[in-house]
Amino acid sequence: MQRLKYVLSEVMVGLWRNVTMTIAMIITMAVSLAMLGASGLMYMQVDSMKTFYYKNIEVAIFLDAEVTDAQRSELETQLKGDPLVREVIYESKQQAYEKFKTMYADAPDLVNAVKEGQLPESFRVRLKDPEQFKQIFDKYENTEGIETIVDQRRLLDKIFNILGSVQNMALAAASVMAIAALLLVGNTIQVAAYSKRREVAVMKLVGASNWFIQAPFVLEAVVAGLIGSIIAFAGLAAFKGFLLDGSLRDLTDLLTRLSWGDVLLMFPLMAGVGGLVSAVTAWVTLRFYLRV
Amino acid sequence: MIQLENVTKTYPKASRPSLDQVSCGIEKGEFVFFIGPSGSGKSTIIKLLLHEVTPNQGKVVVNGREITSMRSWKIPHFRRSIGCVFQDFRLLPNRTAYENVAFALEVIGKTKAVARRVVPEVLELVGLGGKEHRYPHELSGGEQQRVAVARAFVNRPLILLADEPTGNLDPDTSIEIMRLLDRINRTGTTVVMVTHDSNIVNQMRRRVVEIESGRIVRDQARGVYG
Repeated sequence: MQRLKYVLSEVMVGLWRNVTMTIAMIITMAVSLAMLGASGLMYMQVDSMKTFYYKNIEVAIFLDAEVTDAQRSELETQLKGDPLVREVIYESKQQAYEKFKTMYADAPDLVNAVKEGQLPESFRVRLKDPEQFKQIFDKYENTEGIETIVDQRRLLDKIFNILGSVQNMALAAASVMAIAALLLVGNTIQVAAYSKRREVAVMKLVGASNWFIQAPFVLEAVVAGLIGSIIAFAGLAAFKGFLLDGSLRDLTDLLTRLSWGDVLLMFPLMAGVGGLVSAVTAWVTLRFYLRV
Repeated sequence: MIQLENVTKTYPKASRPSLDQVSCGIEKGEFVFFIGPSGSGKSTIIKLLLHEVTPNQGKVVVNGREITSMRSWKIPHFRRSIGCVFQDFRLLPNRTAYENVAFALEVIGKTKAVARRVVPEVLELVGLGGKEHRYPHELSGGEQQRVAVARAFVNRPLILLADEPTGNLDPDTSIEIMRLLDRINRTGTTVVMVTHDSNIVNQMRRRVVEIESGRIVRDQARGVYG
């Protein structure tokens, strides 16, 4: 009990003794962990968007303007009997126009410029496995009466690619910051070990156990890491509260909403990574500079 | 109590061994001087006994335990049975005499209550009664060495190692420290002292082991220096 008290008071003294370094360590740690948390959130976000959108995704087969009734019905039976296809919906020129009108209700000029009958009729095809678009495309590409085949997934993939690269950038930034944070932890521990070298020498001489000698240093780093993760979490929460739910509301409604639960889930991740990484770094540093 | 068997220690980059095939036995309760010129390898013996260095060859047995093959996590516990004083005292400058001695107890898990009982006793024993709350810089060299002896002895170790303990002290103060070590020896503690102070060796008339160039050249029961 008393040794615990000793260790804890040593931790506090240690953090305070070198307070500028401690603050630098906490800040880099916080930024790095916030980046990590953000990319974690983005990963979960992209994942939930994928399941949401891919479920509703279609392949649109637009028909020629001069398609015959025979061609149309033959294509329909062929599609309905296709093992790759889950569902086929026919969209007439009329329906296409109605849809177009509601979609661009904000732009009456655009709607007026397009006359009923100008928009092509199409089959909206849902695939059992959206990945198999290529097979569908190859199979029907040269069928009479088809103008083009469009995979909506391609469009979505572009969006996901952008989100994915943003996520990768966040991860890259997180790892660069993590390197800075690690070096700072190592340096802080070195300075701490140097300033306590006399105590450490006496402790070794009289036979204090290794954990007792090392614990204050390791805990010093862990406490800094945990404070860093708390700041990082506060940053993420502020980002969600003020930006995503505030000024960027319209954008986030377009994508799927980010829940508070997901944000909260990032805290144990960041605290765990922050604490563990600091502890390991401190311990490894002590191996070199303390030689207990 | 202490057994060196054909111990050879060569430091990395050294051209010749510091200790070369040294064998030596020390009984419980003995008082032994290791003497010899600088660089003869006598301080290496202290380092071997503390397990600060390991021999390249041979066996070191302390308290019936072969320490050369001891696992590193057992070393701290092993060191609790050994007290050690040095030429440069190695006191913590920001702690009082009392705190310096109590520190040695607290870091091995003894409670403050134990320290309050034991520390004044041992400070009294080394002749520092009344100076418990002085800082090292407020004490003379001899007094600082007494604090160091108190710290080494407060755990009642079986062995007390002293590496040139009088090296920084004037002759009179040196004699006082020797009287103190002699008193500690009379409580049954084995004392091993490394020195090149001929006056002291000649006055004490104890066992003398002389080392030259890493080899034992003399081992005499009631010896003198030269």
